[in-house]
Amino acid sequence: MFRWLSQTLIISALSVRTIPRRLSSSAVAVIGIAGVVIVFVAVLSIGEGFRAAMANAGSPNRALVMRGGADSEMTSGFSGAEADIIKEAPGLRRDDNRPAASAELYVLVDLNKRSTGTPANVPLRGVEPIALRVRDEVHLVEGRMFQFGTNEAIVGRAANGQFAGIDLGSEFTSGNLKIKIVGIFESRGSVSESEIWCDSRLIQGVYQRGNSYQSVIAALDSPASFDTFKDWLTANPQLNVQVRRETEYYAQQSQVMTGLINGIGYTVAVLMGIGAVFGAILTMYTAVSTRTREIATLRALGFNAGAVLISVLAESLALAALGGILGGATAYLAFNGYQTSTMNFQTFSQVAFAFAVTRSLMIQGLSYALVMGLVGGLMPAIRASRLPIATALREL
Amino acid sequence: MRYLPLIWRNLMRRKVRTIFTLASVFIALVLYSFLMVVQAAFSMGVDMAGANRLMLLHKVSLIQLLPISYQSRIAATPGVTGVSNETWFGGTYQDKANEFAVVAVGPEYFSLYPEARVPEDQMRAWLADRQGAIVGKASAEKYGWKIGDKVPLQATIWQPKEGQTWFFNVDAIYDGDRDFDKTNFFFHYEYLDENRRGAFGQVGWYIVRIDDPSHSAEIAARLDSQFANSSAETKTSTEKAFLQGFVNQVGNIKAMIIAILAAVLFTLFLLVLANTMAQAVRERTSEIAVLKTLGFSNLLILVLVLAESMFLALSGGGLALALMWVVVGRGSFNNALLPVFIMRGSHVVIGLSLCCALGFVAGALPATTAMRLRITDALRRT
Repeated sequence: MFRWLSQTLIISALSVRTIPRRLSSSAVAVIGIAGVVIVFVAVLSIGEGFRAAMANAGSPNRALVMRGGADSEMTSGFSGAEADIIKEAPGLRRDDNRPAASAELYVLVDLNKRSTGTPANVPLRGVEPIALRVRDEVHLVEGRMFQFGTNEAIVGRAANGQFAGIDLGSEFTSGNLKIKIVGIFESRGSVSESEIWCDSRLIQGVYQRGNSYQSVIAALDSPASFDTFKDWLTANPQLNVQVRRETEYYAQQSQVMTGLINGIGYTVAVLMGIGAVFGAILTMYTAVSTRTREIATLRALGFNAGAVLISVLAESLALAALGGILGGATAYLAFNGYQTSTMNFQTFSQVAFAFAVTRSLMIQGLSYALVMGLVGGLMPAIRASRLPIATALREL
Repeated sequence: MRYLPLIWRNLMRRKVRTIFTLASVFIALVLYSFLMVVQAAFSMGVDMAGANRLMLLHKVSLIQLLPISYQSRIAATPGVTGVSNETWFGGTYQDKANEFAVVAVGPEYFSLYPEARVPEDQMRAWLADRQGAIVGKASAEKYGWKIGDKVPLQATIWQPKEGQTWFFNVDAIYDGDRDFDKTNFFFHYEYLDENRRGAFGQVGWYIVRIDDPSHSAEIAARLDSQFANSSAETKTSTEKAFLQGFVNQVGNIKAMIIAILAAVLFTLFLLVLANTMAQAVRERTSEIAVLKTLGFSNLLILVLVLAESMFLALSGGGLALALMWVVVGRGSFNNALLPVFIMRGSHVVIGLSLCCALGFVAGALPATTAMRLRITDALRRT
């Protein structure tokens, strides 16, 4: 057993050490696998970034109330009277006897993307004065909070970066809508940062919504009081509403887009992976055939077939690991944190987010590289271990 | 031509290498086709947009509604030959949100879209039925709807006066060319307006047909100026510009696709093929010298190596393109986000051109090496 192990180690070290002699063909395998890992990690980092932006907007401590049947805040709507009833529900946190719940409107406004100058549907949220206490993660980083009863507004950090015309201190006009930006806020990099916030009354006026709202965002006493809150509201005959945990709502909002991106990402990665395996097989066959005499000599000296087989696999895995690390590092350096925006198909509104090359994605990329190396090395390894010694020694 | 057997023999000499090189090229072109199909799907019919159609929307954003009273004023505007309203309904069918687009339209809608082919008798039935719907062939097949079926849709934006469900009669099924979206669900705006709980007399946007596409900018300006300083100002653009705007909102898909494609073609195609050809030439050094001794010209040697490289590129790539053409043509991958999955003839032509170009580039360096070989040096080696 020990002999076998030492033999394996010796030949494996030999084959890995001699890789530089087969540089051009080894490079094909390494670059091929690195290419797959870059594409795989980069595409999935888009989905991951989008998902994270959505997920960070939700808090287990909050619930979202919308009209029954509505599939997003965009399509929801109820009257101010109904909003007042919702705020009476038990389970809601109360600060100084005032319910910590904000009745809000969610509409779109046409702004241009900075990068392309083309129009984009930027979400505009109308909130109540309590909104910042309901969402404690939101805080202003520049300027100040807007004054209720005026046409002032604050804008999320990401929206400010992606869309033109909403710089601090600027004023924009669109139809009957006039808004003055007085502050910039952050919110853990979540989708909220893609929004512009103003007084809900301003939107009711300009967008002709009368005294109506689209959602109530409610801070709960604790995550556990969700059921009390929900049951009271859904059982209330005066209301036709659905109650969701905010975390659930945002997870569902990101489903279509992340599903699409992951679908494309995995399809491309699997196909490319198959191609890279072919490349690796070619490389390893070349490696085996250029070392035919060497391998035969080793076998003649008494090294066993298993050791030869493992040495070829070791070489293949070493090349794959190199490719995987190279690919993961390149993807990280090139794409991590890259700011962009896309449209959320469920609300037609823009979501600004950053590509997220997470550690788990890089580990997935490396594992995938090793799988490619293993599969690519297997056939050549078996062939090398079965080389007939006598004829192989005679080969050129 | 008479050198074909020589090229063939050379390819067959290392079968394993030839097969895996072909396989790698094959996969590269399968990926190319897949990415082209995705890109075409994301372009959302921009290429199909009618040059003589304009879209008139609310200036602030597309979710803002416009009064139905605008319709007669639009129709009376010089240069306008037809107009229909359109309103996004949303709605869900069997809990499957957003599987197809549901829109309420005016009765004139289909006269503006001759691309949607509706049998005449079915069209008459729809026009006579207030509760009628015209559905796309793709959706009809997917959900098994037939003429005369009653289809319930759950309300999302528009609540009916009673309950949560709207009912429609399938009166007609429209068909269209391969790259026309056949998933939509159309019904009468009047039915929506009579039965919803609010927003009466409001529509989503207008489709405007004009007499001369070259006047589209002037007509658009004329339309917008009519509604300037009203409570609902408008923004009119060509249908193509509107759709392109939508595509732009999704992001720069084209750049992403091109980046992936470049990685695919470089690693799986160019690198693998160039390495294979370099190895082939290296192995045959002495043979090439013999050929030259026999009187093969330098040019002929160059052409023979290039031909081998291009043969590998075109056969592996061509096979992939043919396969994908059949698969994509057969499949129905329709969904509401990307309703049109097609592979165009131009994709095949570009694919084959890419094969030629990459086959040439991959073979160029080894071929030059082979051409420059000096007989004496080469024969002395090994």
